[in-house]
Amino acid sequence: MRLPAQMWIGAALTLAFSALVLLSLVWTPHSVLELSISTKLQGPSPAHWLGTDHLGRDMLSMLMAGGRTSVAVALVAVGIGLGIGVPLGLIAAAWRGSLLDEVLMRGNDLIFAFPSLVIAILITATFGPSAVNAILAIGIFNIPVFARVSRGAALGIWQREFILAARVAGKTRLRISAEHILPNIANLLVVQATIQFSLGILAEAGLSYVGLGAQPPTPSWGRMLAEAQTLYYGYPRLAMLPAGCIIAMVLGLNLMGDGLRDMLDPRLRRVARQ
Amino acid sequence: MIRYLASRLLSLALSLLVASAVIFLMLEVLPGDPARFMLGINAQPDTVAALRTELGLDGTTIERYLRWITGLLRGEMGISYTYRVPVQELVSARIAVSAPLAGYALLLSTLIAIPVGLLAAALRGTVADYGIMGLTQLGIAIPNFWFGMLLVLGFAITWKLFPSGGFPGWDAGFWAGLRALTLPAIALALPQASILARVMRSAVIEVLSQDFIRTARAKGLSRTQALTRHALRNALVPVLTILGLQFSFLLAGAIIIENVFYLPGLGRLIFQAINQRDLIVVESAVMLLVFAVITVTFLTDIAYGLADPRLRRRK
Repeated sequence: MRLPAQMWIGAALTLAFSALVLLSLVWTPHSVLELSISTKLQGPSPAHWLGTDHLGRDMLSMLMAGGRTSVAVALVAVGIGLGIGVPLGLIAAAWRGSLLDEVLMRGNDLIFAFPSLVIAILITATFGPSAVNAILAIGIFNIPVFARVSRGAALGIWQREFILAARVAGKTRLRISAEHILPNIANLLVVQATIQFSLGILAEAGLSYVGLGAQPPTPSWGRMLAEAQTLYYGYPRLAMLPAGCIIAMVLGLNLMGDGLRDMLDPRLRRVARQ
Repeated sequence: MIRYLASRLLSLALSLLVASAVIFLMLEVLPGDPARFMLGINAQPDTVAALRTELGLDGTTIERYLRWITGLLRGEMGISYTYRVPVQELVSARIAVSAPLAGYALLLSTLIAIPVGLLAAALRGTVADYGIMGLTQLGIAIPNFWFGMLLVLGFAITWKLFPSGGFPGWDAGFWAGLRALTLPAIALALPQASILARVMRSAVIEVLSQDFIRTARAKGLSRTQALTRHALRNALVPVLTILGLQFSFLLAGAIIIENVFYLPGLGRLIFQAINQRDLIVVESAVMLLVFAVITVTFLTDIAYGLADPRLRRRK
């Protein structure tokens, strides 16, 4: 069984980076707004453990605070997807085959057809680039994902006998959805949320890299990579450190998500063990 | 099959219509008058009005939308506000970079992922399988634009095998163009190949557990023979669907990769046009991207329906 090891690695990576990001809320070694051109592009030293960037800012502090932006954007975007997508999916499943179901699912397909980057570009063109608009763009893309997953899973639960019992007891479809369907698909939603969270981190990095996400002086891992682009030939550290953070965080979340899925889905576990 | 085709076609047309309306309306609410922007603040009102007519900016929102849509259907996208040339000329020059880039990346991704996935499935449970799966996890977690930067550092700056960026144009010869697109295509293909290899692996494992494989083995086929003659073909069905999805990810992902390599593709055109408030270019280029994505999804659906008759009756 490779399950526990994979989950442990994933959870450890995720927790370690989350702890660093949380710590940055109350403490960073240096201020990320503090510029010091005279000490720019320095290597690691006791004063700056990971060195300084092209404006003399402390790299460790930048990474900690940058992670805050990345994680916040991805987290809120997952929240948008869960908050809007899941109710839509549940409603569509409760009235399966109705016009409402059809309209909701077609609408979903439509959002799906807009790659999140294109949504981001449109939103940026209209409202200007900012972290909030990056959240919106990624969040909108999360809606159809969660709607689809919850509808599909809910349809399966609706066939079960305890749902029939609940209907006989006179509960409305909405109440059944909230009281019986939702708890039964929660596992699946947690797994999907983990995956969307990691995708959100990557998407935020991409958007910030092309200038559509966080704006200066707010640090973010993607923006740090963008700023490093002209300097990393001479100072690879500038590009390696933020990328390492992104990779570790995404890898951790994915390993955790995969592990959780295998654990929650006995059928998959059987296949994996064979 | 005809009913299935008709319902998919209807859904395709509807999606395109709604998508075009969404794009048009989003850019419609933008403040600022392009005609005034182009002529400067001292322009005479009648000059501005004349330019507005020339650019097709007069009339109600619905009139302008209809004009834009009918233009698109005829292949006319209007005149760019900043370059003063037909938008379709700008766009088609950029597609000549973006489409080959996405196609090249898709080809690389498929050529790598299918053998790798098959190998991992065949070696399931061994160290090699864990190694391959670990690498694909890494491939998914690496931001592809950063991977592009690494490729430039290694293959363009240190070893000087490929250009570090820019595009010579197809006039410079097929090989020169291909060389310029190689590093971007590799960067673009990395995450997609990783995902595809994982899908391929689980599809093969799923097929291998089915009865007809046992029958094939019982008939005396070796493991490898059963794998290549029977499992591969059946496992390719889910992989093909993913390929359709991947093409749209590649087209969209190209927007970022084009920025790493300074490629004159559709994505960079959209960025420039946004900065210059050249909305008619933004509208048409975004619509084109969405059109490509929706159409590829449609074609994948049809292909899937052809490959698996059970799906036609699904809805």
